[in-house]
Amino acid sequence: MIKKFLYLNRKAPYGTVYALESLEVVLIGAAFDQDVSLAFIDDGVYQLTKAQNTDDIGMKNFSPTYRALGDYDVNKIFVDGGSLEERGLTVDDLLPLTYEDEDDDWAEKPSIRVVDSGELAALIDEQDVIFSF
Amino acid sequence: MALEIDGKSYETDEEGYLANLSDWTPDLCNAMAHADGTDLSDNHWEVINFLREYYEEYQIAPAVRVLTKAIGKKLGKDKGNSKYLYELFPYGPAKQACKYAGLPKPTGCV
Repeated sequence: MIKKFLYLNRKAPYGTVYALESLEVVLIGAAFDQDVSLAFIDDGVYQLTKAQNTDDIGMKNFSPTYRALGDYDVNKIFVDGGSLEERGLTVDDLLPLTYEDEDDDWAEKPSIRVVDSGELAALIDEQDVIFSF
Repeated sequence: MALEIDGKSYETDEEGYLANLSDWTPDLCNAMAHADGTDLSDNHWEVINFLREYYEEYQIAPAVRVLTKAIGKKLGKDKGNSKYLYELFPYGPAKQACKYAGLPKPTGCV
């Protein structure tokens, strides 16, 4: 039976291990053919920002891996518009994540959707399982 | 663990994956394959090079399902199937080819 899984990401990408761990769990979980969504809220929106550079903090920049999510059929990525706005960011500051739509002759489509708090609440409400990182 | 090739020693994990990606050379790749009793053909190299490029771009080794799909897209349908890939890499295409390619074990591969 297919269940709806939501991964909630609320923390900045570096400084704690939450963001990287969440991404790894998503990639591992993608093998199980469930209905997966990701949401990025609060400082979590920084995980998806473009042009990350970790040279000075001695950590691996794992942000290119988000671009592989489409290959793993993870293509429902929700970003909280309010969190972007509070941080002076727009969707143009985020990685251009895409997937190829099997049902539409493999057309390349954007995976990221900016949502408001009402839409987020509805999204959370319809899940079977929620992982919070 | 360590891998001894031509009098030089390379650090690996307990399953033989290179600890330092930067240690990798085509010669080392051939030597790892020989140790398993495999002679690498052009078809093997196609997959190994593909994996290295994928890692370079996305910083992960792809799961076997993703590898199969991507190989099919890049090298043609006759190569993008698990039968073809398992014939080349009988210990598991993602696992064995990633090892020779000097990459970490694929995420999601236990």
